Amino acid sequence: MNFLARTWVGEWLTGLGRIAVMSRDAVMSLLTLRVTWKDLLYQIYFIGIKSQSVVLVTGAFTGMVLTAQTYFQFHKVKMDTATLAVVGVSMCSELGPVLTALMVAGRVGAAIAAEIGTMRVTEQIDALRTLATHPVDYLVVPRLLAAQIALPLLTVESIILGIGSGFLVGVYLLGIDPTYLWFNMLKYTGNLDLEIGLVKSFVYGGIIALVGCYKGMNCGMGAEGVGRATTEAVVYSSIAILIANFFLTLVLQRIALMFL
Amino acid sequence: MIEVRQLKKQFGSQLILDGVNLRIASGESAVIIGRSGGGKSVLLKHIIGLLQPDSGEVLIDGENITRMDERQLLRVREKFGMVFQGAALFDSMTVAENVAFPLQRKKTYTAAEINRRVAAALEVVDLPGTEKKKPAELSGGMRKRVGLARAIIYEPQIVLYDEPTTGLDPIVSDSIDQLIIRVRDRLNVTSVVVTHDMRTARRCGHRVLMLHAKKIYATGSPEEIFASPDPVVRQFIDGVADAKENFL
Repeated sequence: MNFLARTWVGEWLTGLGRIAVMSRDAVMSLLTLRVTWKDLLYQIYFIGIKSQSVVLVTGAFTGMVLTAQTYFQFHKVKMDTATLAVVGVSMCSELGPVLTALMVAGRVGAAIAAEIGTMRVTEQIDALRTLATHPVDYLVVPRLLAAQIALPLLTVESIILGIGSGFLVGVYLLGIDPTYLWFNMLKYTGNLDLEIGLVKSFVYGGIIALVGCYKGMNCGMGAEGVGRATTEAVVYSSIAILIANFFLTLVLQRIALMFL
Repeated sequence: MIEVRQLKKQFGSQLILDGVNLRIASGESAVIIGRSGGGKSVLLKHIIGLLQPDSGEVLIDGENITRMDERQLLRVREKFGMVFQGAALFDSMTVAENVAFPLQRKKTYTAAEINRRVAAALEVVDLPGTEKKKPAELSGGMRKRVGLARAIIYEPQIVLYDEPTTGLDPIVSDSIDQLIIRVRDRLNVTSVVVTHDMRTARRCGHRVLMLHAKKIYATGSPEEIFASPDPVVRQFIDGVADAKENFL
């Protein structure tokens, strides 16, 4: 038991240390502008454009269900017109960034780990190194930067879809007065909520890219190794996003209070 | 010049190399032979810094590379070209993009210059006109040739070959051998070929080194090695299995 705990903790700490070193290399590479713009644009296309359908459906249906649930509770105390305000704040600061990140982690994190893992088992990463190319410069930096650019944009889309679909459900299905519904949403949803959501999505983009790249670059040999790396990339990045969300909420809300 | 001193490497509990010493002069062509799983590829990967030894030193032109970090190694690796056992071509790229990759990363060449060099490198490996093909459309022999074109396009001083003829038919193997000799003579590079193909060893090397029992067991010219009376060398060259391996 003790041995198992030591092994598990040891592996976990080693993994964290390696991700930290990889992040440092990626930042150093970014500062020295070693990134290839063509690769960066392709990754933005792959992470941003190709994730549209997943993110839009998630945003729209989250907004709709949140509107319905909030309405059913608020209706009991005659606060129907405050429904969209709850949806707006939740979508901007919590549900928009977190659900978008989880969906992108499932699609993009897995794809990154599988692609880089396959490159590792077929010696393509070794080939990169022999061609005097640092794998972090070529593989990690474009994905990291692209994820941190694409995820905030996807989150904004998800928020817009969530509030928009919530508004339509509220007005046309639940019969709430549209003017007060929209007015209250604007009154209680501040720029700060959106800014908190954008900061969170920027951090989650980094988590998805770094965990995916790390799992791919350190995957076991063979098809089984790639499969395991892919699964672990999704699981670990999702867990990391949920844990980070709690701490980011605490920290960002405290910072926000200082400016109010 | 490549120099390896007292190199030791262990994976888990398995000792792979136990005090390997060798020296390969500039312009020399050395062939490392030995049994499968004997550590030949591991030794090759130490020479280019893809693996770090547990102890010992690897010196390239007098510079110890064993204590260098990845970024420092990139500078040393500009002297090297390496042909991998499975070619290790980037499967998302075309043949031309694969071969052009090292030049494009340097960002000092114009597009026209890159195209000219790619065409010339593919000409050297007898694959003109394959620029737009993807690695998946190529045979094993063609992939290795493209790998060789990619390794020589930036005119390295040292070319490493990891099992260049493994898995190829005798005719394609012969053409790869001829390519290795052509590259060696035309570009005047130092070559290190890891193989267990005796015909490649006889033809491509100025010197043959045999890795056995985790050390360099024998070294000499191809003629000396192939005429060696040593039972271990003889057994490997003649391809005779141990008695205990013949129990079936």
